[in-house]
Order: sequence, then C-alpha cells, then structure tokens
Amino acid sequence: MSVSDADGSGQDWRPAAGLDVLRLRAQVLATLRAFFAARSVLEVDTPALSSAAVTDLHLDSFATAYAGGPVFYLHTSPELPMKRLLAAGSGCIYQIAKVFRNGETGRLHNPEFSLLEWYRLGFDLERLMAEVADLVMLVLGDRLPLQAPEYLSYGALFQRALGLDPHTATVAALTACAATHGLRAPPGMPQDDPNPWLDLLLSHCLEPRLGQGRLSFVYDYPAAQAALARIRPDHPPVAERFELYLDGIELANGFQELTDAAEQRRRFERDNRLRAARQLPLLPVDERFLAALEFGLPDCAGVALGLDRLVMMAAGKTCVQDVLSFPLERA
Amino acid sequence: MATYSTNEFKSGLKIILDGDPYTIVENEFVKPGKGQAFNRVKVRNLKTGRVVERTFKSGDTVEAADVVEVEMQYLYNDGEHWYFMDQQSFEQLSANAGTVGDNAKWLKEQAVCQLTLWNGLPLSVSPPNFVTMTIIETDPGVRGDTSSGGGKPATLETGAIVRVPLFVQTGEVIKVDTRTGDYVSRVKE
Repeated sequence: MSVSDADGSGQDWRPAAGLDVLRLRAQVLATLRAFFAARSVLEVDTPALSSAAVTDLHLDSFATAYAGGPVFYLHTSPELPMKRLLAAGSGCIYQIAKVFRNGETGRLHNPEFSLLEWYRLGFDLERLMAEVADLVMLVLGDRLPLQAPEYLSYGALFQRALGLDPHTATVAALTACAATHGLRAPPGMPQDDPNPWLDLLLSHCLEPRLGQGRLSFVYDYPAAQAALARIRPDHPPVAERFELYLDGIELANGFQELTDAAEQRRRFERDNRLRAARQLPLLPVDERFLAALEFGLPDCAGVALGLDRLVMMAAGKTCVQDVLSFPLERA
Repeated sequence: MATYSTNEFKSGLKIILDGDPYTIVENEFVKPGKGQAFNRVKVRNLKTGRVVERTFKSGDTVEAADVVEVEMQYLYNDGEHWYFMDQQSFEQLSANAGTVGDNAKWLKEQAVCQLTLWNGLPLSVSPPNFVTMTIIETDPGVRGDTSSGGGKPATLETGAIVRVPLFVQTGEVIKVDTRTGDYVSRVKE
C-alpha cells in the first residue's frame, strides 16, 4: 500500500481525505452521539496510555517511556478501563477512542484508528446485535440501503461454505480444506493449533462472501477464540462472541463479557505462556482490571466497532486512508 | 542473508521464494477480527513472468532477492550470447538467448537497454521503448495509396517484421514501439 510517496520533502502535506469526507465524518459522529444520548448511554473517556498491556497474542502494543522511566503502553482498545468504570457503577457507557495497533497497515488498517466501543448492562448478545444493526443502518441510511441482517453461527458458516465443523476439525483436515480451495499454506503455520488455520480459511475463503447487501452477524466462536468473552458450556463449548461483516469487511466485534476474575486471570496467564513459547514479549497483566472484576462487573454485553471503516462505507470509499485526515504515511 | 519482514512488503519489492526471484505485485494485509494476521500477496516470478498468489503470516520474514535494474549498452551478439556494457565502468556482461528471448529482434548495436540482474547475472533484457531501424525489405506499395486500413509487412535490419503503411519503402528508416511492435512514423535521416 502506498497512498503517498513520502520522500520527506513535505509535498504530501495535504489531507488524504477530501473535505467532503471530513464533513461526513463529523456528521457520523454527531449521529452516533445523538443515538446514544437518546438511549441514555453515557459518553466516557479513558486514557490512551496504560501501565498494563493487552496480552492477546495477535495484538502488538506501542510502548513508550514516561520521562525515561516507567513503560506505558498505548491502548489497543479502551476495553479494560471501561470495564473498571462499569464495575464502579457507571451504568451503560460508550466511548469514541483513538486506539493503536503496531504493525497493522493496509487498505483496511491504519495503526492509529478510531473505535466506537460501548457496553450495555443486562443485554444479551442477541439484543446487542440488534442495537448494532440499528446503529449501522442509521449511519449508512439511504447511502447504502441494506436488507434485513442475517445471523450465522461460526459453525454453520464453516459447515455451509466449506463442509467442515470448525469446532472439531483437525489441523490435517483444515490443511486439506485450504488446499482444496487453492490456498497454499503459509510457511511456518503451527501443526498443533487449529486456530490459525481457522483464521486462514475465515479471512481468505469466508469473509469475502459475508455481508453482501446486508449486515452479516457471525456468532458462537470456538472457545479458544473467546478473548474476553464468556464461554457457554455447550457441546462443544462456544465463546459468546460475535463479529459483524458488511461487504466482506469486519466492522465490529462483540462479547457477552466475562465477569469471572479467576477465569480472566487464567486467560491472561495462558496468553503470556503462549507468548513465551513464541518468543514474544511478556506483558504486565492489568491488576487493576482484575481487581475490578473481583469487586464485581455487572452482567453486560459490549462491542467495539471500527469507526473509520464505517465512515469509509458511508462515503463509498474502499480504503480507510481515504477517510483519514492524515494516515500514517502523512502523519 | 538479507531478509524482509512482511511489514516491509510493498509492490516492487524483490524476494526469494522456492529458490526463485520474485517481485511483489500486490500486497494485502488481512486480519480476522481477532487472531492471526496474514499478508496476502501476488508475486511475479522474474524468471518466468508468471504471477502467483501466496500468503504469509504477518510478522514473518522472507529472504530478499538481490535484484537490480541497470542501464547497459548493447554491443553485439554471436548468436549464442548477447553482450552489454556498463557505460560508466565499461564492464561487460553477456546474456544468453533464453534470457534475451523475443526482445533480440529489437536490439540494435549501441542501444541503451534496461537489464534486470539477479546476483549480478541478467534475468531479463528490455529494449528501449522506441527504436529506429532501417527497412531492408518490403513490397513496393502502390504509389498514392495512403488508405489507413492498408499496410504491409516490412523486415527491419535486425530481422524484426512490423506492419508499415503502404507508402513506406525499402531503405527508409522508421520508428517502432517495441512494447507493442507497432510502426510509429518515418524518421528523416
């Protein structure tokens, strides 16, 4: 991706997004704030700098040092401090936050981007998905008329399109399935963990077909991909998590939030063990967040939505750089 | 061994895959909501010209190919090898018939060509976009016939055959676009 050829001469000082798009962006923000105000969801603001970092294996936090001293991390999402607010009794909250993910650059990624994240007390995922659909369709409105949303379980999605059960398939079966679909296995794929193979099939074979003319919600993820979602002890157990797709593009990720502090600590520690095994840096676990969970996180569902992508779709653009004033190449 | 991380991927980057040099044509960063990120690339094999798709785990590294583009002057050929000279250092190197391929017919002595070198050896030779050459043989056209739909084959000094308008005659010098093989115009000596 090369949106501008930065040669250091400063010739690319102008915004990447047109002024019409920047006006649309402001309009979208106003619409979102009105949407939440009407539903009595409180706008909050949490710090971008945090002494703890997310342990997720596939997220790389920017690290910086305060006055040459202690390390602070730029947040990859405002999830943990927002849950501290929930535990402290905030009620339903939302935030529009700039977040940072190192190494993520592409047509749909800028390492600094805007998330709309919100939490609803007492909501189950079904209710939250319906609210997400309302919000997205309100923003896109007649710019992009959509049919009624579809809801697909992760298992049904794989079963229908690829003819395999993602909850039980072995690495060998997933490798064979990738080959059948003309996908050459990337070098160095693990042979003992099916999840990267599921990610490969999902991102290459399934995602492009999702959200054609309507919102597609995918729910009930493999338990190993729960992140901070609750696991429902079905057979097989599934993560109470959903992703929203439109036009083959992931727009949002939601959880029935895990409220069990001990389980949460085990997941963080497992992440760090896996990080050690892959020679990734170990990260300080967020003890304040765990203390908040111990104190008590109310039953809630939460979702994070990629705001730049939503604006991109509202503007009829095909890359997020077209809706950012100054994407990384011009930052 | 020099390597590139997938974070450095962009079109034009030269890498080694299965022992062959490739150039990246297209690079797409794909990441499912949570989980493993991939770089999905289209790459062109610099030996065969074939374009294939490959996927890498983001963050992985790939061997860099020592591939450079240089301008060299074409000197002569002996039927087996085509000889080129660096106009600054006067160093010479040769490319075999397979490397020069069909472009041999556009190579006129002293033409400045674009050579792609891999580890110092030629992978491909591109002639200048436009060359001027003398017609050594073409049927005499009917005088006065300048109808645009017409044309006739003409053999050039290097053996290349191009279609020229009927009024162009043997012994004349013409300008040809080597990318399309099309006649452009007559050239006054």
